[in-house]
Amino acid sequence: MYPQPFRYHRPHSLKDAISLLSELGEGAKPLAGGQSLIPILKMRMDEPSDLVDITRIPELSNIKNENGVVSIGALCTHAQIAKSEVASIIPILKDCAGGIADPQVRSLGTIGGSVSVADPSSDWPALLFVMGCEIVCQGPNGSRVIPIREFIVDSYTTALADAELVSEIRLPVPAKNSGGSYIGFKKAAPAYPAASVAMQLTLGDNEICSNISLALGSAGSIPVTSSEAESLLIGQKLSSALLKEAAAKIVEASNPPSDARGSSEFKREILKSLFMKAAATSVKRAGGSEIDGAHDYV
Amino acid sequence: MSNQKETLEIEITVNDTLYKREVEPRLLLVEFIRDNLTLTGTHVGCDTSYCGACTIILNGEAIKSCTYLAVQADGGEVITVEGLEQEGQLHPVQQAFSECHGLQCGYCTPGMLMSSLALLAENPDPSVKDIRKRLAGNICRCTGYQNIIKSVQSAAKQLQEG
Repeated sequence: MYPQPFRYHRPHSLKDAISLLSELGEGAKPLAGGQSLIPILKMRMDEPSDLVDITRIPELSNIKNENGVVSIGALCTHAQIAKSEVASIIPILKDCAGGIADPQVRSLGTIGGSVSVADPSSDWPALLFVMGCEIVCQGPNGSRVIPIREFIVDSYTTALADAELVSEIRLPVPAKNSGGSYIGFKKAAPAYPAASVAMQLTLGDNEICSNISLALGSAGSIPVTSSEAESLLIGQKLSSALLKEAAAKIVEASNPPSDARGSSEFKREILKSLFMKAAATSVKRAGGSEIDGAHDYV
Repeated sequence: MSNQKETLEIEITVNDTLYKREVEPRLLLVEFIRDNLTLTGTHVGCDTSYCGACTIILNGEAIKSCTYLAVQADGGEVITVEGLEQEGQLHPVQQAFSECHGLQCGYCTPGMLMSSLALLAENPDPSVKDIRKRLAGNICRCTGYQNIIKSVQSAAKQLQEG
């Protein structure tokens, strides 16, 4: 399978990349790891006139942890994030980054590319929703910071303006007695998940849940959230009965499509059980247990 | 680097040989390797980044060459299955796959070998779980994987004993 012909450009600075994208106009697309874009081009779901390869821009591959904020450069690969020091202190990051597709895809695919494509089946968006991430974008008019819930507008649609690029993803370091997890269900490692659950919670005195954030992936055109499900759990001990009630509540708000990965009904059942699994893992992690690779296929 | 014409020149080192070629930007790395360099050991399986038959090593990392453009690899170093054997001697990973019956039809084998090589370079003494996790992006329809895992364990032992 071949993409339509396109012209290829390889700038070496962010500034040059933005001016190129700006000059070339809307037919131009940025290319990072290519693990979403190249299949899209091969299937001819998109036919850009120009590709601007941004992977040789050095300033976008750093991970920093300063003053309670983690900043992940847009060109960091999933593999790089999974192995990073921040992933060892924020296990939900390691679940997701280390469980996306397979090793070959993880060594090329980038977090910035993944959020920019906004594929409703991809792994990162649900996690970024629960972590309250901010997306830093750079464009011809300078930089702006967009909360993830405003950044992802619809399936394959983001708030990025013409010639604008994601440069960084920021997330707050969770509180000490907090724990989270990201778990998906898929039929093979390289497949997109049929459904996934992201959860981050904080336990206070007597294991009362003082804060919780929930999102479902592959369950609608954008990650599915439910403040009703969250308020059921906040201020309560997380009993199995209460968690089941919250799972039913958030799944009610979801709209997973029937497709090759399963019927809508099947996915709703999967989501409920993934929710219980994610809750058990998150509670254990909040209590200080180390649990590795919650989202690993193997 | 920017091109307005239909092709552009790239330089890629494959199995220690430097190749300079004029290519179309849309040429996939796997087609560059197979058609331009006639190194047909690397296979095209699903052509959708799923099966892993096209796995090669680029700059030390295993990647799926059906989902990568040749122009992206410009200046890079590639190892394909043809780069494993040295002076008529099979690489220990190839030897182990042969001895442990880690293949039947052989279609997935070049990709399996390259993923195994990447695994053993990073982790010389992998557990069964490490092997399964690292080979999860390579599909085999013949063996049921058991002998592939044995092959990788055997290769690890061989390489450690030198």
